[in-house]
Amino acid sequence: MSYPPNVIPIRVNCSGRINAGIVLRALERGADGVLIGGCHPGDCHYVSGNYKARRRVVLLRRALAETGIDPRRVRLEWISASEGAKFQRTIATFTEDIRSIGRSPLCEEEVKVAADVQG
Amino acid sequence: MWGRRHWVPAPRIGVFVCHCGLNIERTVDTQAVAAVLSEHPCVVHVADYDYMCSDPGQGLIRDAIDEHRLTGVVVAACSPAMHEPTFRRAAEEAGLNPYLVEMANIREHCSWVHHDRAEATRKAIVITRTLVEKVKGNHPLEPVEIDHVDQCLVIGGGITGIQAALDVAESGFQVILVEKSPSLGGHMAQLSETFPTLDCSQCILTPKMVEAARHPNIRVMTYSELIEVSGYVGNYAVKIRKNPTYVDPDKCNLCGECEVVCPESVKSEFDCGLVERKAIYIPFQQAIPSSYTLDENACLGIRPLRCSECAKACEPGAIDFDMRPEIVEEEVAAIIVATGYELYSPTCLGEYGGGEIADVIDGLQFERLLCASGPTGGAIRRPSDGRTPKRIVFVQCAGSRDPENHKAYCSKICCMYTAKHALLYRHAVPDGEAVIFYIDIRAGGKGYEEFIQHAAEDERILYLRGKAARVYRDGDRVIVWGVDTLSGRRIEIDAELVVLATSIEPHPSTAPLAKVLKIGCGSEGFLKEAHPKLRPVESLTAGIFVAGAGQGPKDIPEAVAQGSGAAAKAIALLAKEKLTHSPEVVSIDESVCGGCGVCIAMCPYSALSLNGAGVAECNDVLCEGCGTCVSACPTGAAQLRNMTDAQMREMIEVALSDG
Repeated sequence: MSYPPNVIPIRVNCSGRINAGIVLRALERGADGVLIGGCHPGDCHYVSGNYKARRRVVLLRRALAETGIDPRRVRLEWISASEGAKFQRTIATFTEDIRSIGRSPLCEEEVKVAADVQG
Repeated sequence: MWGRRHWVPAPRIGVFVCHCGLNIERTVDTQAVAAVLSEHPCVVHVADYDYMCSDPGQGLIRDAIDEHRLTGVVVAACSPAMHEPTFRRAAEEAGLNPYLVEMANIREHCSWVHHDRAEATRKAIVITRTLVEKVKGNHPLEPVEIDHVDQCLVIGGGITGIQAALDVAESGFQVILVEKSPSLGGHMAQLSETFPTLDCSQCILTPKMVEAARHPNIRVMTYSELIEVSGYVGNYAVKIRKNPTYVDPDKCNLCGECEVVCPESVKSEFDCGLVERKAIYIPFQQAIPSSYTLDENACLGIRPLRCSECAKACEPGAIDFDMRPEIVEEEVAAIIVATGYELYSPTCLGEYGGGEIADVIDGLQFERLLCASGPTGGAIRRPSDGRTPKRIVFVQCAGSRDPENHKAYCSKICCMYTAKHALLYRHAVPDGEAVIFYIDIRAGGKGYEEFIQHAAEDERILYLRGKAARVYRDGDRVIVWGVDTLSGRRIEIDAELVVLATSIEPHPSTAPLAKVLKIGCGSEGFLKEAHPKLRPVESLTAGIFVAGAGQGPKDIPEAVAQGSGAAAKAIALLAKEKLTHSPEVVSIDESVCGGCGVCIAMCPYSALSLNGAGVAECNDVLCEGCGTCVSACPTGAAQLRNMTDAQMREMIEVALSDG
């Protein structure tokens, strides 16, 4: 079960913990896309955090549209802990979608070279 | 930025990179990861090792904490769900606060899902660096201690629930055993004999039922349902509704006169719809509590009272039309969910004539025919005309192992009970023929394989390997079309009775109950266990345990074992003087809080409130650490301990800085 390695995961315990500030910081620092994964509606491990996340993302995407950043760069997906295949599919399709949108306008001009490692 | 500051000397972080045998090392160059991390200004020690979770691996961490005076540890290895407690404990043993230990997942999130070694190694370095950033901002924390009550709730009065209740009660703790139907016993009470020993089911069950009813530490509440739960492990507040039976169990003497005069009948649940029962009834003679029950839905009417023949016929005056539902409120430390199963309805199997052809029945209905105390007194009779069938066709996997049309899973017990059914039929009707359509035979338990061989060879039961395709009626005959794959021939059998071994489904009460308890169900509706191999009787919610067929299809020995297993988990909680609650919860910076109260509305656990000073306050015990309030707080006063906004910003910075 593999997917493209261009995604860096940051683990939080609930999608409700994610707010506009955090997503905007990621975009500001050059992330081409931000993917938020949460429990399915009705199944939030912490009862209702995912409902809050859903509303926050709706508002954030509207605000992003006003700033000239494509709102499609932020995606919220419902993926439960046991849905490895869905996680894989989501990352693969999100990566493709971001590729078609192009690099983030906030990304630095020069192409970064991968860290030089052995092997 | 004012507020309470925790002054620490410059961070001294140790990074330990695990090879996990080849699991990580095959794809990620762990030595390269260690080498790059050693250049991080806050990292004073790195190591890489085969299996960090092993004793010597943990020893490396302990020694390093000692030797290098580490203030934080990052273990780059598997998922924290696997070994975070392992490494936190190891650090604690060496004198480092366990909350200064983090795991960087470079296995499930890296080596296991990528192929390119260079890319995977680069990503592993980035992931590890984000966790080094996090640890830099972590504070040492102490778990919160909480008191708990000395009582446990068991939901479900079948064999599993009864076993769990008995085990907890025997350990000296109080148990409330709640059962939806009027009697304890569950499906096991409906069975004739149990495989492979052919013990009379009720004979081995009823002593346990009686013991549960009699035990001084068990409070049995039948005809009752859990309607509400709140609180947290150690202190769950539960509301149970006791539905009115309209019969006083202390006065009822089981004379049955009420039943004789009752004018209303409905299909009998206990006899699986083969016969009817009256509105006032006792499910079976050995019911516990030993009392009749008046089903108000079947009755002509109680409010207003339309009949009352039963009350007139009742000599001890046990009938009480004034009974009302009673809400019982209790506090329990732990909850065991043992809600059991139901059979997939034959009406869903149209291809087998289920629900249309009277002589196509399911396994439980056949048990009732076999049962000496059943509707036919143990005589096997066709539902249509009451004749004794001279040929019975048993169809295994009716609905199971069929992902395209019905259930994908195997229901585990059908091979065994079908062999039992065929064998008992052959004993009852020696000149009868038993034919079984099967795909495979699953007989994994003790004595099970021998039982099947005995049934096939000694009892002359014909096993045909092939799926039955269709069952239809031709006049008063029932025709079964199938195939015998071993001979390669299509088969058409003129059956007088067809018994479908239908799938096992979770009991319909499972889904609504799981929502009330906020525990998960899997995709097939069975109660979800915390880990399918290593934590089969725990749910993901602390203090709530699952057991029996509600967790997945299983036979009686497994159900009993799980009942005892769940009881052991509950006892482990009950036996502790105090329970501990994670300290990774919300903290409010009072000097920054504006008292707006937005956080209070966000919290699903009601953990937040405004205190006397007009600022928000978080109850450490109620807070589960989701962080939803943190996202809502306009001033940043609400933060999640060891996962603050500042820490997250640093982690994002590091995650993206390499491009």
